[in-house]
Amino acid sequence: MAPYESDDSTTAAEAGERDAGRRGIARYGVPVAVMGVAAATIGLVPALADSGDPDLPKISAQQLLEKMAQSDVQQLSGTVRISTDLGLPDLGGLENSLASGALASGAPDGHGSSADPSAKLTELATGTHTLRVAADGPDRQKLSLLENAAEYSLIHNGTDVWGYDSKANEVYHATAPANARQKDRKDGKDRGGDEPPVTPRQLTDQALKSVDDTTSVTVDGTAQVAGRDAYKLLIKPRQSGTTTVGSISVDVDARTWLPLKFTLTPASGGAAVVDVGFTRISYAKPAASTFDFTPPKGAKVTEDHAHADGSAGAREQKSEQDLAKGFDGLKVLGEGWNSVAAFDTGSRDGASASGGGDLGGLLGSFGDRVRGGFGSGTVFSTRLVNALVTDDGKVYVGAVTKKALMEAADRGR
Amino acid sequence: MSRAEPAAVPHTGPAVRPPRRRWTFGLLRNELTTTFRRWRTLALLGVLAAVPVLVGVAVRVETRDGSPAGGGGGGEGGPAFIAQVTNNGLFLVFTALAATLPFFLPMAVGVVAGDAVAGEANAGTLRYLLVAPAGRTRLLLTKYATTLAFCLVATLVVAVSALAVGALLFPLGDLTTISGTRITFADGLGRALLIALVVAASLIGVAALGLFVSTLTNSGIAAMATTVGLVITVQILDQIPQLHAVRPYFFPHYWLSFADLMRDPVYWDDLLRNLGLQALYAAVFGSAAWARFTTKDITA
Repeated sequence: MAPYESDDSTTAAEAGERDAGRRGIARYGVPVAVMGVAAATIGLVPALADSGDPDLPKISAQQLLEKMAQSDVQQLSGTVRISTDLGLPDLGGLENSLASGALASGAPDGHGSSADPSAKLTELATGTHTLRVAADGPDRQKLSLLENAAEYSLIHNGTDVWGYDSKANEVYHATAPANARQKDRKDGKDRGGDEPPVTPRQLTDQALKSVDDTTSVTVDGTAQVAGRDAYKLLIKPRQSGTTTVGSISVDVDARTWLPLKFTLTPASGGAAVVDVGFTRISYAKPAASTFDFTPPKGAKVTEDHAHADGSAGAREQKSEQDLAKGFDGLKVLGEGWNSVAAFDTGSRDGASASGGGDLGGLLGSFGDRVRGGFGSGTVFSTRLVNALVTDDGKVYVGAVTKKALMEAADRGR
Repeated sequence: MSRAEPAAVPHTGPAVRPPRRRWTFGLLRNELTTTFRRWRTLALLGVLAAVPVLVGVAVRVETRDGSPAGGGGGGEGGPAFIAQVTNNGLFLVFTALAATLPFFLPMAVGVVAGDAVAGEANAGTLRYLLVAPAGRTRLLLTKYATTLAFCLVATLVVAVSALAVGALLFPLGDLTTISGTRITFADGLGRALLIALVVAASLIGVAALGLFVSTLTNSGIAAMATTVGLVITVQILDQIPQLHAVRPYFFPHYWLSFADLMRDPVYWDDLLRNLGLQALYAAVFGSAAWARFTTKDITA
C-alpha cells in the first residue's frame, strides 16, 4: 500500500493527481490480495493438512481379516458421504419419480408414502449424498439422509422401525420382533436386514462374502480416514480382463477394526463407481434421545402391516417370490467375479416389448444392438454392470465386460 | 472539490485525536436514525413484516379442511418447513425466513446498501458529510455498519412478525426437529433466534457487494438496481449444474444452510462454510469499496 500522503499533497495539484492515481491502483491491491490469500488457503490447506499416511505396525491381510471379523463396535455415530457414479444417464428428477413410482406400484399393499424407506433409499443410487449414522447396540440404530432444509430419518429402536420424512411431514412405521436382528446376525445374515447396504461396514461385508480363490486380498499401506489411522485392504479380482470391477479398497480403522471407507474402482479406470466413507466418526455412546421418536402432531402416519405380520423380511421375501414367478428360475453362470446371472423373462418378442411400448423404445435407445451365438439382443451398459436382453426374452446380468457377457450368453444357451 | 481527500485513516496515523471517537459514534447514530427514519426503509420493513402474515394466512386457509400444507405428497414446492407450520406456529419463523432469504431480504439490503454512498452523492450531500473531520474510511465504515444493522433489523422483523402470526393462527408447543427428535419450546425459541442471527449474517456478503457498487456511481437508483440485479443473476447461476466447480463460491450458495440448525445434532459444516464465505465477500468487496471511495473524486 502506498504511504499516506498528508494534506500538503492537495496543494501541489500536478503531483497530487499522479499520486492519487498511483494510490488508487495500489489500494485496489488490497481486495486482490484478499482474494489471492483466500484462493491460496482453499487450495493449499487440504494439501498441508494431509500429513501423510500414518505409521502403523505391519499386518498381513489374513490377520486384518481376522481382526475385522472379531471387531465388535456397538456404539458409534458419524457422518458418511456416499458418491455413486454408475455412469447412468442423468435423468434427474425423472429417475427418482420412475424409481419411486415403480416401487410404490410394486409394493404389495400399494401404498405410496414418501416416508417408505425402500422408496427413499433408492435415491442413494445416484449422485452424492450425506448420511448420518448412529448406533447403540443391535436394537438401536438411526440413519438420516440429509437433504436441503429437510431430512429423512430411519430409526430402529427396539421393536419399532420409524421412517420420518421431514419435508412432507410423513411417518412410516413398522414393528419388528425384538430379537429379529440378533437372530439375523446369529444366522450370519446381513446386518440391517431389509435395508440396502449403505455403511462402509455393510458394503465390506458384502464384498468379503465373495472373497474366494478368484480374489487377491492384500494390505496396501495405510491411510487416514475421518481423522483415524487406518489400514488399506485391497480386494482385487484375479480374473482381470473379463470383469468390470477394477479393485475394491477398504480402509479399516487400526484400533477398532471397523471399515471406515469403501471404494469400488472400475477396471476401465476413472472415478470410483461407489465411494462410501466416514467423514466424521465417534465411538462414544450416542445420546439416548437420538433414538426416541414420537410422530409429530399432525404428521401422516403410514403403518406397514406386511412388516408387522411376520419377520422383518416378510415383505421382501414376498416381493422376491412375486418376482421369481415371472422368471423361469435364476441361473448363475461362471464363478467368482465372472459370475453372470441369467434368467428367462418368458417374453418371446424380446427387448423391445419387455418394457412395453414406449418405455421399451426408450430403453432400447440406451442400449447397443448385438448379435452372437445366442441370437441377437440389446446390451445395456453402465460403468460397472452390463446387462444383455436377448430377443427371445433371456436376460444376462453381471459385473463383466460386454464381450465376456456375450460369451457367457453363448455358453449359457 | 479536490480529489484525494486527506482521508487520514485514524488507526494507521500516529496522531489519533481524541475527538475522533465521539465523531464516530455521533456519525453512526446520525446514520442509523437517518436510515431508519426514511420512508423507503420503513416501507421495506413493512413489506418484510407482511410476508409471514401472507404465508401464515395462506397456510391457515389452505389447511382449514384438515388437509396437509405444501400439497401433501412429496411436499415439493413451497418453502422449507411449510408442512410443519400447521402443527407448530414456531415453524412459521423458519418458513418465513426461508421464503424471504432468497429474494425479499437481499433486495431490501441491496436497496439500503446501494443507496449508502451513491444516494448521498445523488442528493448532493456527500461532500457535506466529508467536510466533517471524520475521514472517508470512517464514513465508509459507518455506512457499512448501518447497512449491517439494517440486515439484522430486517431479519428480526421477519422473525418476530412470523412468531406473532404463528402464535395467533397455530398452536405452539414442543417441536420435532427435522431429524425426528423432540426439543422443548424454549429450546426451539433459542434455535429460532440463532437461525435469525445466521440469516442476518448470510446477508453480510450482499451488503458489502452493494456498498462497493454504491461507491462506483453517483446515481442511487443505478446502484440499487445493479445490486439487486447481481443478487438475482448470481442466484440463477447458482442453479446451473454445469457451473458446479464455482458454485460453492457464490454468496447465496449456502444460504439455506440455516436449516441445518434444526437438525439434531446440528450439522455445522455448511453453516461454517456460509459464514466463512460471507466474511470473504465482506473482506474482498469491503476493501474494494474502500479502495474506490478513498481515492475517487467527489463531485457531488
